[in-house]
Amino acid sequence: MSDLQATAQEAIRRATKTGASSADVMIREDNSFSVTVRMGEVEMLKEAISRSLMLRVFVGKRTATSHTSDLTPGVLQQLVDETVEMAKLTSEDESGGLPEQAVQRDGFPDLKLLDEAWETLTPAQRIDLAVRAEAAALSTDKAITNSDGASFEYTRTKVALANTLGFTGSYEGTGAGLYCVPIAQSKEGMQRDHWMSAARHRNKMESPEVIGKKAALRAVRRLGARKIPTAEVPVIFDPLSARSLLGHVFEAVSGSSVYRRSSFLIGQVGQAVAAESVTVVDDALMPAGLGSSPFDDEGVPTQVTPIIENGVLRNYLHSAYTARKLNALPTGNGSRAASGVVTIGPTNFHLKAGKHTPEEIIASTERGLYIVELIGFGVNTVTGDYSRGAVGIWIENGKFVHPVQEITIAGNLREMLKDIEMVGSDVLFVGPIATPTLKIRNMVISGE
Amino acid sequence: MEITKSIFFEKYDVSTTDLEKYLSEALSRGGDYADLFFEYRINHSIVLEEQIIKSATKGVSLGVGVRVISGEKTGYAYSDDLNRENVLKAARTAAFIANASTPGGTIQIPTPLNPEQRLYSIPIFPAELEIAQKIALLQQADEAARAFDARIRQVQASYVDETKHVLIVSSDGRAGWDVQPMVRMNVMCIAEENGRRQSGYQGGGGRRALDIFTGELDPTAIARESARQAILQLGAIEAPAGPMEVVLGPGWPGILLHEAIGHGLEADFNRKKTSAFTGLVGQKVASELCTVVDDGTIPFRRGSLNMDDEGNPTHQTVLIEKGILQGYLQDQLSSKLMKSPITGNGRRQSYDHIPMPRMTNTFMMSGESAPEDIIKSVKRGLYAVQFGGGQVDITSGKFVFSASEAYLVEDGKITTPVKGATLIGDGPTVLRQVTAVGNDLKLDQGIGICGKDGQTIPVSVGLPTIKIKEITVGGTEK
Repeated sequence: MSDLQATAQEAIRRATKTGASSADVMIREDNSFSVTVRMGEVEMLKEAISRSLMLRVFVGKRTATSHTSDLTPGVLQQLVDETVEMAKLTSEDESGGLPEQAVQRDGFPDLKLLDEAWETLTPAQRIDLAVRAEAAALSTDKAITNSDGASFEYTRTKVALANTLGFTGSYEGTGAGLYCVPIAQSKEGMQRDHWMSAARHRNKMESPEVIGKKAALRAVRRLGARKIPTAEVPVIFDPLSARSLLGHVFEAVSGSSVYRRSSFLIGQVGQAVAAESVTVVDDALMPAGLGSSPFDDEGVPTQVTPIIENGVLRNYLHSAYTARKLNALPTGNGSRAASGVVTIGPTNFHLKAGKHTPEEIIASTERGLYIVELIGFGVNTVTGDYSRGAVGIWIENGKFVHPVQEITIAGNLREMLKDIEMVGSDVLFVGPIATPTLKIRNMVISGE
Repeated sequence: MEITKSIFFEKYDVSTTDLEKYLSEALSRGGDYADLFFEYRINHSIVLEEQIIKSATKGVSLGVGVRVISGEKTGYAYSDDLNRENVLKAARTAAFIANASTPGGTIQIPTPLNPEQRLYSIPIFPAELEIAQKIALLQQADEAARAFDARIRQVQASYVDETKHVLIVSSDGRAGWDVQPMVRMNVMCIAEENGRRQSGYQGGGGRRALDIFTGELDPTAIARESARQAILQLGAIEAPAGPMEVVLGPGWPGILLHEAIGHGLEADFNRKKTSAFTGLVGQKVASELCTVVDDGTIPFRRGSLNMDDEGNPTHQTVLIEKGILQGYLQDQLSSKLMKSPITGNGRRQSYDHIPMPRMTNTFMMSGESAPEDIIKSVKRGLYAVQFGGGQVDITSGKFVFSASEAYLVEDGKITTPVKGATLIGDGPTVLRQVTAVGNDLKLDQGIGICGKDGQTIPVSVGLPTIKIKEITVGGTEK
């Protein structure tokens, strides 16, 4: 048993002794390295090991949670005792309690979360990845005159979990990201864009040269961006900007939004909520997936959950609590926030590839807007109302004409999902939420 | 009060000798500067939902961050405990950034006085109070929201507090400590009618004890305001699309300043020449009606600090005076490299993050117009009084902020409420379009959270009623 598991077990024992009827503990240890390089020089280098313990206790049907970065036995004991006392002051909640599914079991799948190859890289080699990405960006085009830097981040994470139902488990994973943010300049002003790659395995990460070049081309093509007149046209989201769109869908199918009635997708399981070409899955078992794990943060075995199949809503995502509230089974999406509170988290929540290449999608558009970045928070998941700032490229006769900025795109997510006219073949995994290029039939662009 | 009175000396056995050793280790490979940031933070949160107290949470975090600066380079490492070996190891790791053969010399900690404890000296911190008192506030809010209107179907009320102890020691002989209280309450309501659902939100707080929750921030007042917004939205029509004259109400709409100019004036972006405001000091960036200030010294405010997270006293910094750009928000590193005075804006999320130039409380000074006259002067426009979040691309200067409560103005009269919509503009030019400034400056209720490079910190904003000649409103009604 690892040290982390032993500490988790000890916290559970203490909680039971102090009066908890059940409890679970998760400990997370991150061993992280990050470097930012700017104009060829190291700007910031950071390295640390951090630990965090998250405790949840139940006293009958009452609950409280706590978290600490200080794992000294004395501190921990006192915190456990205080948490049990706090629980006694909360209300009885019929849906509370540990998930029955979180019991000891054999043989969790090997999801290939760990790659030792990262460990063979020296700090100098890790720094060099960022140096190379930025250098590639700076040499791609004369218009790239400045840089907001390139950074490489690597984290090796250990997770240990234990509960009073007898569950103990742990897993370890690696993850790294390489980001590049070049700045292009012309008479009209500066433009910044970025590209990135993220992977658990060393050989799955794009090369620094490819990342730098893509980032530079993205920044250069924004030069001279201008406003366009207010219009109602087809809108294409590139895979990077489309991620946020799917993020709103994730929020709307989270069990917590559903029981709070704060989702535009409540009461619609079995109904068509999107175009037929749309299939969305939450797949925790994807080998080496950025969001994969053998069990969730409550110890529930993870699974593949169909969310939308050919446009029809199939399932919501649940923790133990939201499952009980809504008469469903937990889906292995219990996720502990830094505060220790269990919420719903995505695993590999993605929209499946369609049959169109991004080039075909652009070529199919007579007049429209291709979105490369969205800013702001103008999305209401209760109603589905959507209004965000956008940067994009204007399309005429199937071709890019000029870049566009200082405009908004607006609509309602209910209609936007049904109006997805084409789904790209280019799913991009740079985080737990992933999509290909998506084309929406019609949205309102607000500009001049 | 000397630093030996801080919790780190009194409870965690840190000594002046330790501090000297850590700083010497940090500068063992050379380097221009090193500092230590000790932090001990306790927080509580309580959530009421579906009329019951669903959960209570306590958090404890303790650690120390070590920073070494060598030229423009920063090395950073931290330890999750104050174990001497672990802090020394962090100091050695941070030292890796410098590679001179000669160490930076022996460090001696002077015995400085702490910056004056002036902004939030309260007898008892909210974190020390009984949980039952805090639960009572939430129950009061829940009852008030439900009593407001039968169409209110869901109420979620939450309470959070925090006590943060910090000790900052630097190789250039500065040392200081502070104890920072914070409290906040939020109420979210969902209204339903004929299958339509809408939400409302209101919150408030500051660096104060529970006595902050009176008057406008009384739990009943917060809850009624949240419920009022949810009910109002049930009758909202589609927002217009296109450029319009816009009147912003006082208070929280000051988020305009935070996004449009605040971030762009943070010194790091200007030192690197990546901000749309680079090189504009001394130039006209706003109408002469506009004077904009960042002030970290307002008592009990969410964005206020006795000293910033690099141990420098906070200031009142004039960013724009009568339309002319005056200067940037500085931290230690940028002020040195730009040879500009420190403004006390070096802030960080916690000990595991490096400090950066950040805002505190950012607002526009009152003008002379009566708010009623400003509305009367609008033929056709939008009057926006509540906002959700905002964001800016500091390089292109384009920013957005999203209205959550807004009305059409027709022939000088406020008429129909419209649905939420994002407003988009250009930071360096939007304030040139300001054609009236009201005499009613108001700071927000204490709800601001600002994000930058993955770090979040509490801030405040403020604004009098202002009129903007033209800004693009991102609705759907053409």
